[in-house]
Amino acid sequence: MNKWYIEKGTEGDVVLSTRIRFARNLDDYPFPSKLDKKGKSEICALVRDALTGDGDSGFGYIDMNTLTPSQAVSLAERHLISPEFTTEREGRALLLTEDESVSIMVCEEDHIRLQVMKSGLSLNEAFDIADKIDNVLDSKLCYAFDERIGYLTQCPTNLGTAMRASVMLHLPALTATGKISGIASTVSKLGLTIRGAYGEGSSARGCIYQMSNRITLGITEQAALDNLSAITLQIAAQERAAQSLLLRNPAEEDKVFRAAGILKNARLLSGDEFMELISLVRMGTARGVFDFPLEKINELIVNMQPATINAAHGKNLEPSERDAIRAKGVREVLEIRC
Amino acid sequence: MLCQNCGRNEATTHIKRVINGATSESHLCAECAGNLGYGDMFSGFGLGFGELLGSFFGESPASPSAISVETARCKRCGNSWHDIVREGKPGCAECYRTFFDRLQPSLQRIHGKIKHNGKISSGSFVEAQAVKTPEQEKNEKRAALEAEMKKAVEEQNFEQAAVLRDKIKELDK
Ligand SMILES: [Zn+2]
Ligand SMILES: [Zn+2]
Repeated sequence: MNKWYIEKGTEGDVVLSTRIRFARNLDDYPFPSKLDKKGKSEICALVRDALTGDGDSGFGYIDMNTLTPSQAVSLAERHLISPEFTTEREGRALLLTEDESVSIMVCEEDHIRLQVMKSGLSLNEAFDIADKIDNVLDSKLCYAFDERIGYLTQCPTNLGTAMRASVMLHLPALTATGKISGIASTVSKLGLTIRGAYGEGSSARGCIYQMSNRITLGITEQAALDNLSAITLQIAAQERAAQSLLLRNPAEEDKVFRAAGILKNARLLSGDEFMELISLVRMGTARGVFDFPLEKINELIVNMQPATINAAHGKNLEPSERDAIRAKGVREVLEIRC
Repeated sequence: MLCQNCGRNEATTHIKRVINGATSESHLCAECAGNLGYGDMFSGFGLGFGELLGSFFGESPASPSAISVETARCKRCGNSWHDIVREGKPGCAECYRTFFDRLQPSLQRIHGKIKHNGKISSGSFVEAQAVKTPEQEKNEKRAALEAEMKKAVEEQNFEQAAVLRDKIKELDK
C-alpha cells in the first residue's frame, strides 16, 4: 500500500501536507506524567480495545518499548510521532494505519494524541477522518470534558477544541527574498504560528515550514480550519509569484540547475546539503523547469532523513556511510527521471 | 447549514440535548441561540477578573476564598493548588474542576476568553444533562404550564386555563 505522502494533493506545489491533531484524555485516570507503568499500560489496552475490539479496524498496534531507537526516531522523522515520544518509550503505544495516514500516540503528554495526515491542502477531509475516529473512541471511553473549557488537556494552552490543524509549506522563494519574517508576524496576529518543520530552532531546513492554529478555546473547529485554509491559500499564491519572479533572474535559475547537477552526481550527501539542494530542485520542479513528479521529491525528503535511513538498513550507520547511501538513493530517483 | 429557527443566518451553534434518554439536536445562528437562552449554556463565569499572575499558574495574591483553596485537594489525583503551581501543570482532568476559580485568571490570560465553542463530547454531555435535580425539573415543568395557562387566558380559553391551573396546584403539593 502506498504511504499517504506519495500522492500529490491540492495546492501540492507549495503545500506538502495537511495534519489534524486532537488531544484527548480519559476522565478516570491522572495525566500520563502522574501515571506509573501499570496505569499507562491499562490506558494503552483500553484505547487499543476501543479501536480494534470490533474486528478489522485497519490499525496496527505497536508497543513503543519493542522498537529500536532508530525505528522510533524514524517514526518521528516521518512526523508520525513527536520527538519527545521517542525518548521515553516505556508504557507508551502507537496505533498506526498501514498507509501511515492515521496515527494515535497513547500516553504522550495526553492519554490520546490522534493525528490524521493528508497530502496537499486537505483540511476538511483530514478533519472528517479524525472526527469519525474520535467519535468511535468517545462512544467507548469516558473522555475528560468540561462544558466551560472543552476537552481537558494536561497543557492549558490546548483546552477547548484541543485541536491543532497544520499545513506543511515549502516556501523557498519567500525565504530567499526575506519576506518570511514579515509573514510570520502577520500570521501571528491572525491566530496562527509558523515555524521550521525539520530540526529544532528557528531555521527552516529545506525552507519547509509548519503553520498551525494557535487558538483552541472559544473558537469552533470549522472556524479554525477556515482561517488556516484562507491564509494558506494566500501564502501559496505569494510563494508562486515570488518563485516565478526569482527564476527569471539568471543567477537564481543557475542555482537551481546546479543543485540538480550536484544531486544527480554527488557520491556523498550530508543531510544539510541534501535539504538545501532538494529545496532548489523542488522549486524548479514546482514551476515546470524540470518535468518530474513532485511527489517523488516529497518522498525523497521523507526517506533521506538520518534515522529513516538507519531504520531502513536495520542498524546505526556512521554519518559517512549514511551520506553515501543518501547520495546513491537520490541519484537513483533523479537520474532516471530528471 | 442555515439556522433551523430563523432560516436566514448561518447556523453556528449546535445544540444537542438529552432529555429522558432521547436525543434532540438543533442548529441555530448565534442570534437565535442567544434569544432562546442557549447562549448562556457555557457562560455564567464572569470574565474580566483582574488578577495579574506572573507565570502560567503563578501564585495569585491571597483572596478571601484562598484559605479554603489552600487546603483543598483534588479528589482524583490528590494535588493541592500548591502542587499545581509547583509542577506548572494540573495532575488530572479533575484538577481543572476542583480549582476552576483559581485557574480561571490564568486560562483567560492564555486564551482571551473562556467559553468552549467546539465539539462536545457525547458522554460528558449526557452526564451533565442527567444531573438535573428534582427541584429543577419541577420548576421547569411549572414554568411551562404557567406559560401555557397565560396563553389560554389571553385566548379566552378559560376552560383550558382552569385545567392547567389545577395541574400547577397538583405539582406544588
Ligand atoms: Zn437564527
Ligand atoms: Zn487532579
